[in-house]
Amino acid sequence: MIKRLLASVREYKRPSILSFAFIVGEVIIECLIPFITADLVNRLKGNIDMKSLLLTGTLLVFMAVVSLACGGLAGYASAKASSGFAKNLRHDVFDRVQSFSFENIDKFSSSSLVTRLTTDISNVQMAYMMAIRVAIRSPLMFIFSVFMAYVMGGALATAFVVVIPVLAVGLFIIAKKAMPAFHSVFKKYDKLNESVEENVRAMRVVKGFAREEYEKKKFEAAAEDIRKDFTRAERIVAVNHPLMQVCLYFNMVFVLFVGAKTIITSRGSTIDVGQMSAMLTYGFQILMSLMMLSMIYVMITISLESMRRISEVLQEKPSMSNPDAPVTEIENGSIDFKNVSFKYSKKSENYALSDVNLHIDSGMTVGILGGTGSSKSTLVQLIPRLYDTTEGSVMVGGKDVRSYDIAALRDSVAMVLQKNQLFSGTIKDNLRWGNESATDEELIEACQLAQADEFIRLFPEGYDTYIEQGGTNVSGGQKQRLCIARALLKKPQILILDDSTSAVDTKTDALIRKGFREFIPETTKLIIAQRIASVQDADMIIILDNGRIIASGNHDELLATSPIYREIYEEQTNGRAENE
Amino acid sequence: MNNKKMKRPPMGDGLKRLISMLIQAYPVLLPVTGACIILSSITNALPAIFQQKILADIGDYWESGNWAAASKVILPKIFILVGLYILSLISIVLYTQFMAYITQGFLSKMRLALFDKMQNLPIRYFDTNKHGDIMSRYTNDIDALRQLISQALPTLLQTIILIVSVFFIMLYYSIWLTLVVILGVFGIMFVSGRAGGGSAKYFIRQQKSLGKVEGFVQEMMNGQKVIKVFNHEDLCREDFDKINEELYNDGFRAHAYANILGPVIQNIGNILYVLLAVVGGVLLLAKVPNISLSALFAGAIGIVTIDILIPFLNMAKQFTGNVNQLAQQINSVAMAIAGAERIFSMIDEQPEVDDGYVTLVNAEYDKDGKITETEKHTGRWAWKHPHGDGTLTYSPLEGNVELLDVDFAYEEGKTVLHNISLTAKPGEKIAFVGATGAGKTTITNLLNRFYDIEDGKIRYDNININKIRKADLRQSLGLVLQETNLFTGTVMDNIRYGKLDATDEQCKTAAKLAGADDFITRLPDGYNTMLENNGENLSQGQRQLIAIARAAVADPPVMIMDEATSSIDTHTEQIVQRGMDKLMEGRTVFVIAHRLSTVKNSDVIMVLDHGRIIERGTHEQLIEQKGQYYKLYTGAFELE
Repeated sequence: MIKRLLASVREYKRPSILSFAFIVGEVIIECLIPFITADLVNRLKGNIDMKSLLLTGTLLVFMAVVSLACGGLAGYASAKASSGFAKNLRHDVFDRVQSFSFENIDKFSSSSLVTRLTTDISNVQMAYMMAIRVAIRSPLMFIFSVFMAYVMGGALATAFVVVIPVLAVGLFIIAKKAMPAFHSVFKKYDKLNESVEENVRAMRVVKGFAREEYEKKKFEAAAEDIRKDFTRAERIVAVNHPLMQVCLYFNMVFVLFVGAKTIITSRGSTIDVGQMSAMLTYGFQILMSLMMLSMIYVMITISLESMRRISEVLQEKPSMSNPDAPVTEIENGSIDFKNVSFKYSKKSENYALSDVNLHIDSGMTVGILGGTGSSKSTLVQLIPRLYDTTEGSVMVGGKDVRSYDIAALRDSVAMVLQKNQLFSGTIKDNLRWGNESATDEELIEACQLAQADEFIRLFPEGYDTYIEQGGTNVSGGQKQRLCIARALLKKPQILILDDSTSAVDTKTDALIRKGFREFIPETTKLIIAQRIASVQDADMIIILDNGRIIASGNHDELLATSPIYREIYEEQTNGRAENE
Repeated sequence: MNNKKMKRPPMGDGLKRLISMLIQAYPVLLPVTGACIILSSITNALPAIFQQKILADIGDYWESGNWAAASKVILPKIFILVGLYILSLISIVLYTQFMAYITQGFLSKMRLALFDKMQNLPIRYFDTNKHGDIMSRYTNDIDALRQLISQALPTLLQTIILIVSVFFIMLYYSIWLTLVVILGVFGIMFVSGRAGGGSAKYFIRQQKSLGKVEGFVQEMMNGQKVIKVFNHEDLCREDFDKINEELYNDGFRAHAYANILGPVIQNIGNILYVLLAVVGGVLLLAKVPNISLSALFAGAIGIVTIDILIPFLNMAKQFTGNVNQLAQQINSVAMAIAGAERIFSMIDEQPEVDDGYVTLVNAEYDKDGKITETEKHTGRWAWKHPHGDGTLTYSPLEGNVELLDVDFAYEEGKTVLHNISLTAKPGEKIAFVGATGAGKTTITNLLNRFYDIEDGKIRYDNININKIRKADLRQSLGLVLQETNLFTGTVMDNIRYGKLDATDEQCKTAAKLAGADDFITRLPDGYNTMLENNGENLSQGQRQLIAIARAAVADPPVMIMDEATSSIDTHTEQIVQRGMDKLMEGRTVFVIAHRLSTVKNSDVIMVLDHGRIIERGTHEQLIEQKGQYYKLYTGAFELE
């Protein structure tokens, strides 16, 4: 897992290694400085010779400058390495998410993916920086100090080494307990963030029903729940510090007592007071470096959960991928459904579509009608492979959609979704989603066809009007027409309108359809609609009920053969006839 | 909104506010924890003295080889040492556990404060800020505080105690030499001020960039289908890389400044040490009189001797070591301050103002029509007006809505509604039609005061709506919006959202009225089906049906339906309409729809154009007029 993440270090391997190198330099000097200072003190103790004092002083200053340079460069390099690592990681995760199918995304939930991309990566970044700064420094200091302790104190120094396994076991237990605690905390944290996001999005509903207090209470309960879990997890980790101290204290007492006894009974023949004093200093250093190590250990323990969550995303295989030797040319806009059945999740028992068989010639206009929840949107989403069928196959231009290059397929199938989405940016920016290199004339042409040109021109800034996130500053009908124009710019072979004129008045709706007939006759057009008027003039109308096609034919045929169609038609026209 | 806030308060302000909030949150536990931290630093420092003493004892006795005699002197000291260690351990266990408790408790409090505030912000805030950026305060910015509270603050306290005590000990030895140390401290302060400032500046930018990244990702996740349909994955990646690069630049600079600070301070410490040794040497040679606290107390001024110089040098080393430890925490401090500032900027945001004092109460009507307030849930409501003289009057809740010459602009100078006047009486159905962008939805935004009007008056049961408490006003207006938002929970929970104390039966009745019962009972778990992610497993039309049921269960005197049935097939729509007509008998309904079949049977139809009402009347009257409505209504046919 860690290896998988480290693969994202890439071009920042150099600063990572440089940071290591500089830290080695820094540590070496840091270990040398005490010797020189001891020398300095000795010079002061003896007959003070100003000249040699200055000489040693100059040497020390020089070393300080080198140490400063090393330390500074190491700090710089490690900042660069860790920020760069995080950048690459974010890039990789985002990249992976973009290649996900909806099945993949549903598995994680989108707000959890957002948390993984931000909070989790920040955690890993901090851990990485700590690791490259301390991971080399502490062991080096440790080895050096142990060495010196042995030199000074001989066998007595073993006391310092003995506590290491005790510490290791202690840390291991802490980690083992803390990991599941953090695991559950992060899960709840995801949920909490989801509910905040839900509130941000649905603020109009919350305020509309005056449910502010209710939401606060709900959130309070969730936040309290998280607080308890988080506290529990942190308290486990907090045991680390006193554990270190116990070891340190035990050592100090042991060495002082045994050392004192040994020195006095042996009359200083094994070690002398000076050596013991030095040894204590080194013992202190040993434990300090262990302390640092255990600190990064804890940090890594916490970030381990973040690492797991990130690598989970990186490891997720996109459930939809390009075939080997994909077809990149779509011959024409004909569509076939062959025995298609579909359900959204493998676990679900209910099929959203069952036994759908359908043939649509290239250039046809097809209307799709059906009750609420009859799977109209599901049917058309199979064409650009937003989802893959569970059974049977969907063909475009005579070939199975799964044999095409996905990008090529989606390029030639334009779909205006029921839930229209504009992105923050100008109207032009949004339109160019359809065709990046479209000229201004082409943009205007598409907008005219979608009946959007008129209202865009009425905006003070026209095509350069800025659209807020989610398109809150244009009305529903305007949004729909912008989305149609955006789809038209793709010059697709198949155009799918999923109830995309529901918020557009009937006249404009008719004008849009008229435009389609006159200007893009070659394009196959699928129109999902509620109003019969919107599909009346189609070459073929399909009626869906509960995921099955229950009738198809043109307007006149259906009037003659389908009682349901007749009923809907009468419902929709009756009132009108009465009043005229 | 942001422009006024641009003048950045000095760095310490965010920290000060944070700490004062901490103290307020834990007025007892925090000082206790502080005491434990102080105790732990004392019990951590004292053993060094005993160690020195023990070593001195060993020095006294080692030549004798008499352990029995030595142990009498040494053992008590070791026992004291053990005692100190135990004391220290207890204080450490206590303060680390307390800190874990305080940290998470405080973070939770901050989350709640943010959420509370968010609920009180006006709709405009949500319309103009990226949702991901709002979210980022809950995630990245709150996280940034964690390190500060749990680690940096305790270290801060410990080192301040150490530094102060070491400083006094140094004064005790020699004031001359202390002056040299002070010189070094100024150097350190100067450098850390420079580097710390740079670091803080970039940490603030880093938190902003993080918010931007989150905003972008959030938007892209919501629009994932559009991205796929347009093959826009690669362009998205490019855009992402751009803001990712920004974040990298800010984060890199912030950490670099902070990382460099440590070695710089440490080596200033080293150089200071040399300087002390040299100055000490000079003083020693020159036999300069030593001024020190101890000398001052003793009243005798000696000269600088080696016995003063060497312990002093050790002190200096410890002193800079402590300062260095403080510098290590600069990353988390700077980052936390940056996060705190963003959190405070949202908490300080102007909340939705509510000057309303007229409230809605449960009421009983006696046979003379006299209203008495009651705690009981009577199903009948009344407006309660408190008056300046302390008296109360009640008036019935009926559902009269009146707009008088209303003008409105989202942005100053860009008026989108002009001179809107209309009256709606209980039992009436008022429809708004008109081209997209004519201002229909805007009118409904004004009725429930999501936005406030510029000019004119809106009266509800003859009360100016500005006088009605917002929550009560909104509760009395049922709202079904164009954009359906459902919450995580069961279908039943979602319907009950309209009226929290509704029974299951009432919810089901509402669902039946809304024509939703049929499909709900066919769901795998019926009313107990869990909805997640805004009801992603339902079709758009089904979600609208639930939203209608949610408004229906509230049983409000006035209902606003903004394109509430736009994704529902016409057959189901008729069922919905029949149900709603029954429910809203004798009540007021506002309907916005493009589908003329939805609005046709309204009592009054208002045709809006560019924010003005250009025609009004019944369906028949308007058809008669052969104006805009007629054109809209017949347009489709003329074309064919």
